[in-house]
Amino acid sequence: MTGMLYDAIIIGGGVIGSAIARELARFEGNFCLIEKNEDVCTGTSKANSAIVHAGFDAKNGTLMAEMNVKGNEMMGEVAKELDIPFKRNGAFVLCFDKKDLGSLQELYERGINNGVKDLQILTREEALKLEPNLSDLVVAALYAPTSGIICPFALTIGLAENAADNGVEFKFNTPANKIEKTDFGYRIYSDNEVLETKAIVNAAGVYADEIHNMVCEDKLKIVPRKGEYILCDKKVGNICERTLFQLPTKLGKGILVSPTVHGNLILGPTATDIEDKEGIDTTKEGLDSVIEKASLSVKSVPVRSAITSFSGLRAHINHDFILAESADNFFDATGIESPGLSSAPAIGIHIADMVSKKLALNKKDNFNPIRKGIIHASELSNEERAALIEKEPAYGQIICRCEMISEGEILSAIHRTLGATTLDGIKRRTRAGMGRCQAGFCSPKVMEILSRELNLPLDEIKKNGSESKLAVGKSNKGI
Amino acid sequence: MKLLENYDIAIIGGGPAGLAAAIGANEAGAHKESIIVIERDDKLGGILNQCIHNGFGLHTFKEELTGPEYAGRFIDKLLDLEIPYVLNTMVVDIAEGENGTKLITTISKENGLKVIKAKAVVLSMGCRERSRGALNIPGFRPAGVFSAGTAQRLVNIESYMPGKEVVILGSGDIGLIMARRLTLEGAKVKVVAELQPYSGGLKRNIVQCLDDYGIPLKLSHTVTRIDGKERVEGVEISQVDERLKPIKGTEEYYKCDTLLLSVGLIPENELSDSLGVKLSPITSGPVVNESLETSIEGVFACGNVLHVHDLVDFVSEEAKEAGKNAAKFAKIGKTSEENTITLTPENGVRYTVPSTICPENMNDTVTVRFRVANVFKNKYVAVYFDGERVKRTKKMILAPGEMESVVLKKEDLLNKGIKNIKICLED
Repeated sequence: MTGMLYDAIIIGGGVIGSAIARELARFEGNFCLIEKNEDVCTGTSKANSAIVHAGFDAKNGTLMAEMNVKGNEMMGEVAKELDIPFKRNGAFVLCFDKKDLGSLQELYERGINNGVKDLQILTREEALKLEPNLSDLVVAALYAPTSGIICPFALTIGLAENAADNGVEFKFNTPANKIEKTDFGYRIYSDNEVLETKAIVNAAGVYADEIHNMVCEDKLKIVPRKGEYILCDKKVGNICERTLFQLPTKLGKGILVSPTVHGNLILGPTATDIEDKEGIDTTKEGLDSVIEKASLSVKSVPVRSAITSFSGLRAHINHDFILAESADNFFDATGIESPGLSSAPAIGIHIADMVSKKLALNKKDNFNPIRKGIIHASELSNEERAALIEKEPAYGQIICRCEMISEGEILSAIHRTLGATTLDGIKRRTRAGMGRCQAGFCSPKVMEILSRELNLPLDEIKKNGSESKLAVGKSNKGI
Repeated sequence: MKLLENYDIAIIGGGPAGLAAAIGANEAGAHKESIIVIERDDKLGGILNQCIHNGFGLHTFKEELTGPEYAGRFIDKLLDLEIPYVLNTMVVDIAEGENGTKLITTISKENGLKVIKAKAVVLSMGCRERSRGALNIPGFRPAGVFSAGTAQRLVNIESYMPGKEVVILGSGDIGLIMARRLTLEGAKVKVVAELQPYSGGLKRNIVQCLDDYGIPLKLSHTVTRIDGKERVEGVEISQVDERLKPIKGTEEYYKCDTLLLSVGLIPENELSDSLGVKLSPITSGPVVNESLETSIEGVFACGNVLHVHDLVDFVSEEAKEAGKNAAKFAKIGKTSEENTITLTPENGVRYTVPSTICPENMNDTVTVRFRVANVFKNKYVAVYFDGERVKRTKKMILAPGEMESVVLKKEDLLNKGIKNIKICLED
């Protein structure tokens, strides 16, 4: 027992938990976010399409539709406040068969009913004018100009940092192993501590059913739905300007081909229901099917330019999000599959609203919504960059040659609020190691910097989790 | 060192290629103060600094040196000649300025962001290793998957072990060298799997690094799965068919904590590409003429950025030529492009460097380097001038892992009206 009684504890440091944390931080109270892993953004939030969906996909009247459209509308402002990259690049849903034009029209109408703005159906010719590399199979497209692309790491980390800067406490490596109802609310047993809180917000992603089931009478079952992706080099990032979805056909749900906000090209995801909540392995079949399906959308799929492949798990329950007080002072933000990333800002407000009303929390007057991101020196003008290096020479030492990330950026990632402690933490904050050599050159250098700044021996430096040490001790003989 | 505004010759990269190019330029008459070597790392020598095994310099010095020793010879020479260089300095952009000047944007702690001008540029940035992502190997993405070069740096520079039980995919030279290195450091190297039916490395490395230590080499095998959520716990290896596709039912599981990848090297030409230098789809390096000049006048290329070499001796030799030619260009400018002869690789020869020769511009000889597409036994390397065979050399064995060359003489080419030179294999 620490003696501290929190007003609310959020379980889960993904984009949803972080968004809720930031919205709760607008209120007076003691809030804590607990995360079982070593950092924020280590689950579903780290491996997804990185799309801010327009909102035409979800069924009318669902929370998914409402949150998606709201989240999309909010994203520009949120990105500006958090100083993160976001671009409304627009999206096409490609139709490959005249017989499916009816379904395209249905999607259009669903979008209009959901409140999606500026939707249009384009003929093949109209679509080709905007996207010249569309494949010969495309017969028509639904065009959603409000669709966007974002960096999911930056969004999650930005939300979390801003929440922390506004007083939310973050505890990493702190799983909720057991939850008990108490007179005041709930008691959460973690590995090394016991936490007391009036309210719980369950934002535990694919584990949200386990958390829910510790407290609630009705039982939930989340099916992790695996999505496999291929990411290609920036040199092919301009194959298309917009996100290209596929209209689902009898062959199944399609995949997307899209530029990322950093200029890479992403292909995917597949959709396979699995049991293992940590089953983020890729499969030959999955990756092959991504390539095969991508070739429906664009003339030539640049397979040779692949720089990495990965998979992520969507927390699938049903066909809608669950945003509810499922037990007294126990709030679920569960079943958050796609479009969860797009919806995150709206879900944050929705849940914070429920919690603050229930606990009768007062708004703070000193909430600061502005977070200053890590300076990306290579995006500055020559003059600005020269001035920056003059002031802080570490920005003049390039560590990651593929993404041109300097030591200054890495130091900033380590020493800021909720600073990085692992190679992946650095990668997600700065992009060091995300380029075409996939950390071949920079990982030993980043390990050295982490070792120096955190005052740890090099063989204690991890890729991510506790078992992911990169080196296994000193070499036998040395040199 | 303070960077100046203007140089005659800027050399991008201070590894073996850049060092030899600088020395070559100076020897060809470029004043030492007119040359600058720009190195991104904190010391000269490039990747040789982590290659602590011996076997370097057999051709150049007739002795077996370690990588740092070999680099040291060139570094000493550079220092003797007092050729200026900067360290910890990254070139982030090269662009064409007025009158053919090249504008080179550099970043460093010491000089900040500094744009320098040069009449000639030598590209000598080297290459990088193909990563796991480029191969799309399925499975988890745990710690413990390293490219062989990254592991080499960890062991040889940082003195840390990447793992204890190791599987290596790819039989490129670095992978073979690391099999031996890790074994000597006490790790257990369980197997080396090679996708192709032949090794990508030098024969001598197979013998000295695998055979001598009893490490099995499995040809026509690849990794079909990586296990372990946080750290590698094992890999699955399968045999592949003629089309290099894994054969179901041939899976073998190896328990290990480390997977090293030695699956090919890629010339690192992002700078060249952004400058607009024409690249070869086969070598991934610039297309060059007899002077090792790229499609952009005054921009030369040598070493592994031009095409991947297996012996550093040949890098030095080639780079010296590039440096000499850059010096010549800086002095007299554009040279003739008349009577250009194209080189055509055919029948088992994958590419040639250079791909064109202008006899008027060439030195007394030009060494044409190339690689073959497969393992060939008892073949002739033949040279044809406009369809007429002028030379043929018997080879007991030719392999993709070993670079080949033929030397062409100026006297045979000058004023002969030759349009095409074909280099091919024949029985």
